[in-house]
Amino acid sequence: MNDMTPTREAREARLEGMGCKRKRVEDVRFTQGRGTYVDDIKLPAMLYGDMVRSSYAHARIRKIDTSKAEKVPGVVAVITAETLKTVNLAWMPTLAGDVQMVLADGKVLFQNQEIAFVVATSLQAAADGVELVEADYEELPVIVDPFKAMAADAPVLREDLAGKTEGAHGKRDHHNHIFKWQVGDKSLTDEAFNRAEVKIDELLSYHRTHPSPLETCQCLASFDKIKGELTLWGTFQAPHVIRTVVSLISKLPEHKIHVIAPDVGGGFGNKVGAYAGYVCAVVASIVTGRPVKWVEDRMENLSTTSFARDYHMRTEIAATRDGKVTGLRVHILADHGAFDACADPSKWPAGFSNIITGSYDFPVAHLCVDGVYTNKAPGGVAYRCSFRVTEAAYAIERGMDILAQKLGMDPAELRLKNFIRREQFPYQSALGWEYDSGDYATALNKAMAAVDYAGLRAEQKTRREAFKRGETRSIMGIGVCFFTEIVGAGPSKNCDILGLAMFDSCEIRIHPTGSAIARVGTKSTGQGHETTWAQIIASEIGIAASDIMVEEGNTDTAPYGLGTYGSRSTPVAGAAIAMAARKIRAKAQMIAAWLLEVHEDDLTFDIDRFQVKGVPERFKTMTDIAWVAYHAPPPGMEPGLEAVSYYDPPNMTYPFGAYICVMDIDVDTGVAKTRRFYALDDCGTRINPMIIEGQVHGGLTEAFAISMGQEIRYDDMGNVMGASFMDFFLPTAVETPHWETGHTVTPSPHHPIGAKGVGESPNVGGVPAFSNAVNDAFSFLGSTHIQMPHDAWRLWKAAEKLGVTG
Amino acid sequence: MIPGAFEYLRPKTLSDAIAMLATHGDEARPLAGGHSLIPMMKQRLASPSHLVDLAAIADLAVLREEPDGLVIGAMVTQRALLGSALVQVKAPLLIEAAQQIADPQIRALGTLGGNVANGDPGNDMPAVMMCLDATYMVQGPKGARQIKAREFYRGAYDTALAAGEIVTAIQVPVVAGQGVAYEKLKRKVGDYAVAAAAVALTLRSGEVTSCAIGLTNVAPTPLWAKDAAALLVGTRLEADAVKKAVAAAEAITDPAADGRGPADYRRKMAGIMLARALARAQQRAA
Ligand SMILES: Cc1cc2nc3c(=O)[nH]c(=O)nc-3n(C[C@H](O)[C@H](O)[C@H](O)COP(=O)(O)OP(=O)(O)OC[C@H]3O[C@@H](n4cnc5c(N)ncnc54)[C@H](O)[C@@H]3O)c2cc1C
Repeated sequence: MNDMTPTREAREARLEGMGCKRKRVEDVRFTQGRGTYVDDIKLPAMLYGDMVRSSYAHARIRKIDTSKAEKVPGVVAVITAETLKTVNLAWMPTLAGDVQMVLADGKVLFQNQEIAFVVATSLQAAADGVELVEADYEELPVIVDPFKAMAADAPVLREDLAGKTEGAHGKRDHHNHIFKWQVGDKSLTDEAFNRAEVKIDELLSYHRTHPSPLETCQCLASFDKIKGELTLWGTFQAPHVIRTVVSLISKLPEHKIHVIAPDVGGGFGNKVGAYAGYVCAVVASIVTGRPVKWVEDRMENLSTTSFARDYHMRTEIAATRDGKVTGLRVHILADHGAFDACADPSKWPAGFSNIITGSYDFPVAHLCVDGVYTNKAPGGVAYRCSFRVTEAAYAIERGMDILAQKLGMDPAELRLKNFIRREQFPYQSALGWEYDSGDYATALNKAMAAVDYAGLRAEQKTRREAFKRGETRSIMGIGVCFFTEIVGAGPSKNCDILGLAMFDSCEIRIHPTGSAIARVGTKSTGQGHETTWAQIIASEIGIAASDIMVEEGNTDTAPYGLGTYGSRSTPVAGAAIAMAARKIRAKAQMIAAWLLEVHEDDLTFDIDRFQVKGVPERFKTMTDIAWVAYHAPPPGMEPGLEAVSYYDPPNMTYPFGAYICVMDIDVDTGVAKTRRFYALDDCGTRINPMIIEGQVHGGLTEAFAISMGQEIRYDDMGNVMGASFMDFFLPTAVETPHWETGHTVTPSPHHPIGAKGVGESPNVGGVPAFSNAVNDAFSFLGSTHIQMPHDAWRLWKAAEKLGVTG
Repeated sequence: MIPGAFEYLRPKTLSDAIAMLATHGDEARPLAGGHSLIPMMKQRLASPSHLVDLAAIADLAVLREEPDGLVIGAMVTQRALLGSALVQVKAPLLIEAAQQIADPQIRALGTLGGNVANGDPGNDMPAVMMCLDATYMVQGPKGARQIKAREFYRGAYDTALAAGEIVTAIQVPVVAGQGVAYEKLKRKVGDYAVAAAAVALTLRSGEVTSCAIGLTNVAPTPLWAKDAAALLVGTRLEADAVKKAVAAAEAITDPAADGRGPADYRRKMAGIMLARALARAQQRAA
C-alpha cells in the first residue's frame, strides 16, 4: 500500500451507504422548481376535464340537462352516467369489495358527489360548462351521524344493495350496515371483565379528517386509437395496482396500458385508490381520441377524495387494583361514508385495527368493528399510518391514561408495569399478531430521562395548586404515548389487494463502468426513495450511492410492486432491494474469485471490494468486477451483472416509540401551546438518520394538526363545512411546535437489513401524545376524556363545563 | 376554482377609473390588491364583467401627515404601511393591526382601501378605523364626499358606498399620548379573527379621559362599542369597571357560528380580547 491508497474510512464514506446522513438527491430538482408533476405535462391537442358536483348530500336526480353546457364555446363533450353505461363504467369496484358510482346514477349520496364530467379545450371553457349543467334534484333525508345509521327507520342509502344480506366481509345486519368484523376470544374477555377489580369504559372518537397532500389528485389520460394503447399519468401511490385495475374495468389488455406516476406531491394514503376523475378522463380520451387532463381543486380534494379516520371506539380495559391489565374489549363504529372505498388489504375490512392491544401484555382481548354507510364522502384511507393503526393506537393510549387516572397511578408507571417485556419477543398478541421485536422499557425510560419527567410532574403539581388559588389562568398537561405500529404489509399468507399478494420488488442493473440503475415497485411521494434505496445498494454491493440511479413509477420499466403506503416501502421493497443486491454480490464474488484465482470461500467482502482473506492487498473492486462481467466473464458464465428480486415478507415489522408532550392551556381562550415535544423512535436499522428526522418532523406536524383542530365537518344537512385551507387546519411554521427527537435501535430479526419503516410512526404516536397532554391538563379538574379535535373553542367549552372559565 | 371571463381595465387617473365604473355599471368592480375579490371570483361567488384596476393611479398611493391627521391613500398596501416610520410613530394601532392581517404574501398586495371598502366583517382594519374615528375620502360620478368609518358599515358586504364610488384615501386622526392595542384571537397565521378588539384611550393621572373600542368579526359588521367605552371614562380601569365594559361590549355582538367556534364562544372571546387590549393600552398611554 502506498500513501494514495484510501483508508477504509474514506472508502466507506465515499459510498454514502446505510447510516449516512446523505442529502436528498431529489431535492436538487424540487428546490429549483424542476420537478415534473402531472400538471406539468402538456400534450398536443390536450383537453381539460372538470366535474359537476352535487349540491345535496342525499337526493334523487330526476334529470340532468347538459344541453346548455354543450353549447359553451370550447366544450367538446359532457359525460354523465348514461354515457358511462354504454361502456359499462357507470359503477366501479372499490378496493374494499364494494362498488361505487363513477358518476351519479339515479341519486347522489354525498355532497359534491360527481354528477357529470365536462371536457373542453381550455380550463376556462370546462369551468363555464360546469356552471351550466343543470340537475333536477328531489331531496331525501340525510344520515350524518353514524350512530343513527342503523336505526330501524333510517333512510335507505344504498338502494343498489337492496336485498343483499351478504357483503364482501360477511353478513349485513341492516340496510346501512357494511360489515361486522370480530377478532379475539369474546367469552374469555367477558370473563376477565366479570372478574375485574377495576374497569374503564369510554367512547373515544377519532374524528374525520383528510390526508390533504399539497398536490391534489390528478391524471392525464391519452388513448392512442391506432395502437389501441392507453397511457395514464397520475398521482398514484401504487401505479401497478392502478394499471391492473384499469385493465380489469376497461377490458383493455394490461400490456397496452402504460401507467406512469411522475413526481408526486404528497400522498399520505389519499392517492392509493381510484377516483371518478380518473375513469372519466380515460373514457373521455377514448371517446374524443384526444388526451384529457383532470386536476381537482383543493375543495374537491378535501370534500370528495378519500378521507381518513371517523372511528368511534368504545374502549374498555379491565385491570387489577395494583394496575396490571387483564383484558381489553373494544367496539368500533366505523363511518365509511356512502361507499366502502376503504383502502385496506382485501381481507382486512378494519385494517390492522387489531393492533389495538398496543405495547401491553393483555392476556385476553376482543375487538368488534361495525362498518356503516352515511351520506358522506367515501374513503377511510390510512392517512400516514398503516391501516387503521393510528385509530387503534389512539384508543389504547387514551385508554391507558384513563385507567391510570382511575387507579391514581402515573401514566408512565402504568405503561412500564404492563409492557411486553424484551424477553417475550417474538410475542403472540391476544388479537393474533406476532410482534417481531421490541425493547419498550428502555425506550420509555430514555424518553422520560430526556425530558426530566419527574421534574415536569413536580412543576405540574405546583402549577395546579397555583391555579386553584387563582394565581394563574393556565393549566399544564403532560402527554405520554407509547405506541407499537404494525407496518410492512405484507406476507402473502394474509395480505392482498384485489387478489394481488403484497410483495414488492427491485431490479438492479450494474453498468459496465460500474455505475447502476435500480428500479423499484414502490413510488416515493416525498419519502426520498431515490436517496435511501441507493444507500441500501451502496452498502450491500459497494458502489457509491451517487453512482446509483433509482427509478420508480413507470409501470413499463419498474418491476411489479404494490406501491408506497402503510410504511411498507422499507420493510418490503427495502428487503427486495437488499436481496437483489445480494444476488449481484454473489455473482460478483464468483467473478472476483476467478480473477484472483482463489476459491470463492477464500474471499471476504470489504466495503467496496472482494479481497483474499488475510491478504488485503489482493482484491477486486466492484468497478473492476463490473467491467469484467461485460467484457470477459469467466468461462461458462452468462455475461452481465443484473438481478431482480420479488420479496414476500415473512412477517410484518413492529416499529415503536415513546413520545412525551408538554402543553400549557389558557382556560380563558382555550388556546393550547405546546411547550415541548420529545419523540423517541425505534425503527430498527436506520438507513438515513436525516431522512428519518425529516419524516418524524413531518408526521408530528400532521399529528399536531389532526389532534389540535384538523377536521372534515358536516352539518346536519350533510353539507361539508370548511373544505378549504382557511378552515381545514394545516399548521404553518408559526403554529408548529419545536420537535426534539431521539432513538433506540432494535433491528427487525426477519428483515434482511433489520429495518422497520418510520414514515408513519410520528402520526400514529403523535396524536395520542397531544390528546393525552390536553386531557392530562384537565384531569385534576375532574375531567376524564375530552374528544378531539382539541381546537381552542372546544377546549374552552371543556373548561366551561368544568366551571373554570372566567 | 376558475373565474368566469372578465375584461381587465387599468386606468391611469381617478377620473378615468370613475368613468369606467360608470360606463360598465353594476357589472364592474374596482380591483385593488385582489386578495378578497379574486378568491370570490375563483369560487364564482362574484362574476364581474369588468375589473378596473386601481394600481396605476398615482394619487391613490399617497401617505402623508396633514393638520387633521394622517392621510393614507387607498392603494397603500399593508406592507407599505408596516414599513412606514410615519405610521409607526403617529398611528401605531394600524401597525399592530396590519401585522395581524393574513400573511406576508397577502400583505404585499392587499391594500388599506380594499380592506376597509370590502365590507367583510372579518377584515381587521374597519374596526380599527372605527376605534380611531377615521374618515374615508370617497369620490364618484357625483363628486367627492367624506364618510365616517363609524357610519360606513351597514351589513355584511353592504357599505355606505354608492354605485361607482371609490374610496380614495383614509384620514386617521393623530392623538398625542394615546394608548392603543389590537388583540386578535385567530386559529393560525393567515386566519381571520375568531374575535378581535381595538382600543384607543387616554389617561390623566391614571384616570381614563377618553376611550374608544372597535370589535372585529363578531357581528355582520365591524362594531364600534360606544357604550362599553363610555363606561370606562372616569374610571382607573379597575377590575370591576373593565368587567362592566366587557359585558356591554359582549352585549352588542352577534357572531356567526363557523369553524372558528360557536356564537357563545366568539362572544366571550370578544370580551376577553377587549379586556386584554384595555390592559395593554393602559400600559402604553402616556
Ligand atoms: C388567506 C387570506 C387571509 C386573509 N386574512 C385576512 C385577515 O386576517 N384580516 C384581514 O383584514 N384581511 C384578510 N384577508 C383579506 C386581505 O386583507 C385583502 O387584501 C383585503 O380584504 C382586501 O384588500 P385588497 O386590496 O386585496 O382588495 P380587493 O380584493 O382588490 O378588493 C376587495 C373589495 O373591495 C373593493 N375595493 C377595493 N378597493 C376599493 C376602493 N379603493 N374603493 C372602493 N372599493 C374598493 C373591490 O371592488 C372588492 O369588492 C385575507 C385574505 C386571504 C386570501
